[in-house]
Amino acid sequence: MEIDYFDFTFKPFEEMTPEDYEKIGFKSGLEVHQQLKTPTKLFCRCPAGHYSDHYNAEILRHMRPTLSELGEYDGTALMEFKTKKEIIYRINYDTVCTYEMDDTPPFMMSSEALDIAIEISMLYGANIVDEVHIARKQYLDGSIPTGFQRTAIVSVGGGIKYKDRTINLIQMSIEEDSCREVSDVGHRRVYITDRLGMPLIETVTYPEMRTPQEVADVNRILSRIVKSTGKVRTGIGAARQDVNVSVHGGTRIEIKGVPRIEKIPILTYNEAMRQWNLLKLRQELHNRGITPETFQARFECVTRILKKTRYQPIKDAIDKGWKVKCVVLKGFKGLLRWQTQTDTYFSREISDRVRVIACLTTLPNIVHSDSMSEQISSSEWTLLRKYMNANDNDTLVLVWGDDQDSETGAKEIIIRAHEATIGIPSETRQAHYDGTNGFERILPGPERMYPDTDLPPIRIDQERFDRIKNNLPKSFWDRILDLTTLGFSEKEAEKIATSKYYNLFNKILELQIPLNLVYKTLIELPNILRRKNMNFETLTEDNIYTIFTLYKENKIIREAINEIIKSSIANGQFVEELIPDLCSETELNNQITEALKEYSNIKIYNPEQKIQILMGLLMKKLRGRIEGKVVYQSLIKYLN
Amino acid sequence: MDEKELYKGYRGNTLNLLKQHNAPVWSEVELTTSTATFYGLILPRSEQADDLHIVLKMKTGYNIGIRYDKVKKIIIHGRKEAHYKIPEKEFPYSPKKPRVKLFGTGGTIASRLDYRTGAVIPAFSPGELYGSVPELADICNLETEKLYGVFSENMGPEQWIGTAKAIAEEIEKGVDGIVIGHGTDTMHHTAAILSFMIQNSPVPIVMVGSQRSSDRPSSDAALNLIHSVKTAAESNIAEVMVCMFGPTSDVYGLLHRGTRVRKMHSSYRSTFRTIGDIPIAMVNREVIRPLRNDYKKRRNDKTFKLFPFFDDRVAIVYYYPNMKPDMIDSLVEKGYKGIVIAGTGLGHVNKPLYPALGRAKDAGVAVYMTVQTLWGYAQMYVYDTGRDLMELGCIPLANMLPEVAYVKLGWALGMTTDIDEVKEIMLTPIAGEMTDREPSNGYLILQGGIPEVEEFISKVKK
Repeated sequence: MEIDYFDFTFKPFEEMTPEDYEKIGFKSGLEVHQQLKTPTKLFCRCPAGHYSDHYNAEILRHMRPTLSELGEYDGTALMEFKTKKEIIYRINYDTVCTYEMDDTPPFMMSSEALDIAIEISMLYGANIVDEVHIARKQYLDGSIPTGFQRTAIVSVGGGIKYKDRTINLIQMSIEEDSCREVSDVGHRRVYITDRLGMPLIETVTYPEMRTPQEVADVNRILSRIVKSTGKVRTGIGAARQDVNVSVHGGTRIEIKGVPRIEKIPILTYNEAMRQWNLLKLRQELHNRGITPETFQARFECVTRILKKTRYQPIKDAIDKGWKVKCVVLKGFKGLLRWQTQTDTYFSREISDRVRVIACLTTLPNIVHSDSMSEQISSSEWTLLRKYMNANDNDTLVLVWGDDQDSETGAKEIIIRAHEATIGIPSETRQAHYDGTNGFERILPGPERMYPDTDLPPIRIDQERFDRIKNNLPKSFWDRILDLTTLGFSEKEAEKIATSKYYNLFNKILELQIPLNLVYKTLIELPNILRRKNMNFETLTEDNIYTIFTLYKENKIIREAINEIIKSSIANGQFVEELIPDLCSETELNNQITEALKEYSNIKIYNPEQKIQILMGLLMKKLRGRIEGKVVYQSLIKYLN
Repeated sequence: MDEKELYKGYRGNTLNLLKQHNAPVWSEVELTTSTATFYGLILPRSEQADDLHIVLKMKTGYNIGIRYDKVKKIIIHGRKEAHYKIPEKEFPYSPKKPRVKLFGTGGTIASRLDYRTGAVIPAFSPGELYGSVPELADICNLETEKLYGVFSENMGPEQWIGTAKAIAEEIEKGVDGIVIGHGTDTMHHTAAILSFMIQNSPVPIVMVGSQRSSDRPSSDAALNLIHSVKTAAESNIAEVMVCMFGPTSDVYGLLHRGTRVRKMHSSYRSTFRTIGDIPIAMVNREVIRPLRNDYKKRRNDKTFKLFPFFDDRVAIVYYYPNMKPDMIDSLVEKGYKGIVIAGTGLGHVNKPLYPALGRAKDAGVAVYMTVQTLWGYAQMYVYDTGRDLMELGCIPLANMLPEVAYVKLGWALGMTTDIDEVKEIMLTPIAGEMTDREPSNGYLILQGGIPEVEEFISKVKK
């Protein structure tokens, strides 16, 4: 059935309804990357999780495409090769060894990391593979110095409950993390390598989410499940997601590196809009008689014509001895101003490509005749039109750079414009802060996979399988059910279920300690202390359990719990001397006598507050050793 | 097709299972186990792997292994055989460009995946090379010939002689330069023996390999190949050289003299180093920059000499404290004609070995001394031990590297059985294997951690 894309116009984000998304055929899936909490990296013994921008040395490399296992070149690989980038790696001796720099073959995979991946797979109800085959997934952007990421499937299938249905999983892989990009200017890209090689898992769902909100919801659930193991890293960059989106007649497009789940709805909305509007653009082109076969475009060098231009970027380029190329897109009039995303137009699709492929990274990198602004004077456009033999229905695009880059740029403009007559090119796109996205690279296919010849497959035998299965933590859903049955709210239950203290929490509850007290101590207190720069983790789980046992045995009072925790942190560790003695009745009576003496010696302005003042004096000395209400009762009794 | 080919790499349990389901490799299958259904392509299996798992390539491109005894059903949907082939393009001919001959002996300079072992095997033709390193056509007219397809540890006298003869033939034909693709592990042995077998070559003879196989995007293969072909085509240096990465960065290559070079790291790209001297030149894509001018210059004549001889009854004895005399005796008893000792310090071994060395001398075995420190000279006159050893007929070889001494001794013994003639050959430098002096920058191993070294490293991409 032919879809008329003019039949539906995107509304603002807030006004879109699930019915609207159904109409456009919104489909989305997730790839969630989660770093695992292991002491070392995945394929070498470098410490994991140590970040620093300091570096000792730099290494320079280039990447060349190679063949996949099935003897095919990958599209992305060829694109990256066109860009001819010089890649600089900054290395810090403490976090990187010769393995990450690809000067030493890999060591055997961290079995601790593999165990965690298997454990999480089991929580998803996935099928664990019997033999893990390590593959090389090519990345020619340089984000990994080898030019590939070592990655392996741990499990296939599985799923999670969402609303009244199941969201199915395609697979989970274990892989090494990549470098952090520092800069990418012209033909030089710089990476820092501290994160490189850290173990992470990638969980891939089927595209079964139907609205942008559902994508975020499902992502949250996935995130909770992995956190419930207590064996994954948390914090900035520890979890990153790629979101893929498509609409009716569209293409599966991957938005890479979404840092925060809250951003997912707006990002997927914009991508759906972009696809819908590009398909509408194709329809418009076809209406104008421009099809993949009839499409016409060409380019010429027009440096001479623009020699005297006042448009600064081109003037500067010509001064540097660079060239200006003019592309004529026949019959494209007005279409570079075709809206694609919120406040974003088709011209950006072109500009993005030129930036990435031709390495023309200083923006603006193109200027076109559909633009309303007068960057290039109308007399210059007229001259150019004449020179290019173009008429009023054509669009002219200018691109400038050294001879080679401007030529690559001009060719790329034609390639991208031609693609508009076909549909939506398969790409990976990067998330922008404003919720729109930009071109990153051509979507890599299965062609970029290659078996890792350096490492033999790893057999997951029954013994290992059983060991992990038998120690499997209770599932997130069961945890929530248990906790809400106990009387916790959904929100509280979720916090407890994903807390690293979940097991301790249950152990303490067995002591018959009030729920509220345990919740406040294990869930709320660590956050309160963190804001005061105090690290709750100074105390071991055993320490905390001991404190609650003392409380249970009436050896300390409720108020003392927080006091002991705080003084342990101040002390650097928990020691028994920090446990205060209980205040005896005799001591209390002596203290009351003392307090009354002190009271008589101070000048009192409002004697009606006598009780409060006396309580203040007493509690200052007795806090943590006796409950306030006992002191109060004794004081009243004494005064009477 | 025979069964072995049909079920490549599978044996025992898995072979039975696949045969039972009539599912040879490259079948596109729907495979049901006791727990799940998998869709994918049955891949060949490494022969060294167990007979318990079937390898399946899934749609996503990943491979997984499935245990044979879990498989309940296999439905075949089709067949898709992989043809791993580097796109072959005809190497363009340009009458103005120099003619370079590239010999292949093996190694990873150009390679492809081997399903049988899961390792990489060499692949190589001018068309394939042009397909993967098109830059070569800007430098020369390239011809290739595969002499051997062996890993470098399997190179030996037969291959050395064969290679030397093949080079000689090409020089006769008027080639402008020769490149030899070689595995890196024993590249320095081959470089040394070729330096002796082909003397007075009028053209450059350049050995090259790669430390990261060419099936990897970050491989050093392409750049090494470009550097070596450029050297063979354009350089004025008519010697046997090793051309490999200078630093680990993709910046420049070094041209090492064939008799002074050694592989010094098991995996680093910049593994080859000139020992006890400096390299002949640096090379990058644009220029060859000599670091010295005492090299032999390119000529137009063809008056070289070929000595394709080798007696393989030669051994290296790497001395260690407490070595027992039977180590020497057994070699003598087995009929070895030459022994190169890699001695400690200035060229020493312990006293208990003396009688054995005496017996070797009496048996007419040529015994030579080199140093296991690699840098420095065997100076046996300094200590009594050395003097005693010289009395026992042990001849010091100055600063000749142990591996170089080994191939030279085998070569000398291949040409004559007269022990005095052998001695004369051994002590006459032919291709820089012994030098009169060691410049102080011939021994530079920067020590990491020291502030000035760290400062240098932070500034220079090493």
